[in-house]
Amino acid sequence: MSVHLLLDGVNRSFDGYKAINDLSLAVDKGELRAVIGPNGAGKTTMMDIITGKTRPDSGGVWWNQTVDLTKIDEAGSARLGIGRKFQKPTVFETHSVEENIALSLKAERSVFATLFHRQTEAEAARITELLQLVRLEGDRHRPAADLSHGQKQWLEIGMLLAQDPELLLVDEPAAGMTDAETMRTAELLRSLAGKHTVIVVEHDMDFVRALDCRVTVLHQGHVLTEGSLDHVSANPEVIEVYLGR
Amino acid sequence: MISLIDRRMGIFLAGLFVLTVAIPVGNLAFEGKVVPSYIVSLFGKYLCYALLAVALDLVWGFCGILSLGHGAFFALGGYAMGMHLMREIGDRGVYANPDLPDFMVFLSWDELPWFWMGFDNFWFASLMVMLVPGALAFLFGWFAFRSRVTGVYLSIITQAMTYALQLAFFRNEMGFGGNNGLTDFKDVLGFPMQSDSTRAGLFVLTAIALAAGLLIARAITTSKLGMILVCIRDAESRTRFMGYRVEGYKLFIFVVSAMMAGVAGALYTPQVGIINPGEFSPANSIEIVIWVALGGRGTLVGAALGAILVALAKTLFTGWFPEFWLFALGGLFILVTLFLPKGVLGLIEDTFARKKKPAPALQEAKA
Repeated sequence: MSVHLLLDGVNRSFDGYKAINDLSLAVDKGELRAVIGPNGAGKTTMMDIITGKTRPDSGGVWWNQTVDLTKIDEAGSARLGIGRKFQKPTVFETHSVEENIALSLKAERSVFATLFHRQTEAEAARITELLQLVRLEGDRHRPAADLSHGQKQWLEIGMLLAQDPELLLVDEPAAGMTDAETMRTAELLRSLAGKHTVIVVEHDMDFVRALDCRVTVLHQGHVLTEGSLDHVSANPEVIEVYLGR
Repeated sequence: MISLIDRRMGIFLAGLFVLTVAIPVGNLAFEGKVVPSYIVSLFGKYLCYALLAVALDLVWGFCGILSLGHGAFFALGGYAMGMHLMREIGDRGVYANPDLPDFMVFLSWDELPWFWMGFDNFWFASLMVMLVPGALAFLFGWFAFRSRVTGVYLSIITQAMTYALQLAFFRNEMGFGGNNGLTDFKDVLGFPMQSDSTRAGLFVLTAIALAAGLLIARAITTSKLGMILVCIRDAESRTRFMGYRVEGYKLFIFVVSAMMAGVAGALYTPQVGIINPGEFSPANSIEIVIWVALGGRGTLVGAALGAILVALAKTLFTGWFPEFWLFALGGLFILVTLFLPKGVLGLIEDTFARKKKPAPALQEAKA
């Protein structure tokens, strides 16, 4: 399988603090990967670098082994096919649930294309399909602000899917969800893998176990170890990092 | 699909139409006995302000760009039209110079500066009314939005922009009449400036421009682009991650808004009879923000209503107690901010909604 996303010796410091320290990571096309690590391990900064929000001080970030992601901004990375879901759900509160999905749909993003855009039947059908998937069909006309925290998480997952990205970066999707919903999310992410590449950042170990995939442990901006969940949780260094303080 | 003319827009346009018929007819048919001539120009001025308010509401209410320099675009439009009106004076000026406006003769200039070329032509001037403010907005926005200047910082530099222009236009060497600005106009398109029918014509034209401005603004804000503007207002960073280039959208709406403000200024100059650097004053730009906030931000119609109400109050108040106007305006602003977050329009609509639907809970359950 070909490498979809490659981080090669990436460094980034903020005011002398090394948030990312010689980080190298390769994710294959269609792979489902969990990234875990204690607070401050650099998970969010890593996502910021992949999506072009933050530029690395040194090192390379490669998309499909050909496109240099360090030269691309946020909108550019989204247009390449990188979709990001934030830890704190950020939906557009004054828009309705349906509009949130409609605006995320994969389509021409230029100013004049959106000015003269008319919704097609295919788009309307896709919106309904996505709303059914995230179980928000009954709420489609409500403003997104009225949704519960868990529903907002689902809406954001729906928005992410609407973008139809090749790579999904998912930051703590299970936060604020019930146990049953957490398991459903894990199932959904597992079903997406194969067709999409998925990177999940998560704290909840039950959730990571349910994902049943390769795990990368991040610590102080560096990859501590990588492997199956059982393999990494047997690693004395990982135990030290998680329990030792 | 959201309709172009919703209820509030329909009611406002109907009201505007009544005003547009009643005021000129009341003036012309009864030789100024029912509606005095000064009222025609006064209301014409209010409608210019209303269009300016709609322009600001587009950028502030929908895209969250709090411009404290929109008066500059208005004044530039006003100057562009003023320059044409100066050229129409011809040799009827005090110095009776057929080639140069009075102030240039006074400064003993020999020939017309290059940037006055073309303004003899009304259509060229009309084009400049939109192009000049649009070009300034494009240049300013291109640098500011690309550098991701937002919030208070952006507001401050827009304020600095209008202040800098005010200082520049005060200088005689700039060639725009310095301190006195442009005035003493005689005709517009051959119609004598002082005649009642010209004033009535300008009034009707302003009303049409306001209606057109409102409809254009409504068409933009109900489009997919309009929804993205709101996304930018509410969660700019998130919008970027969806693949939208935020700076392009901001630039587009900023330029459209500046052009609209320019048109408002161009209609203002002939009705007031003068344009001078005072129009660039930062206080003017801040007053526009108050109109919009008071009327109801992000509603278009509310912004227009706010401008008309405040301008009307200003006329009345400065007649009765001139020294207290600024206190009254400040007080009004505080009251609206504290008690009417949705502005006057929000208050009116809430009052009606309560009368019509006594049980809001039931209504919600049905929806």
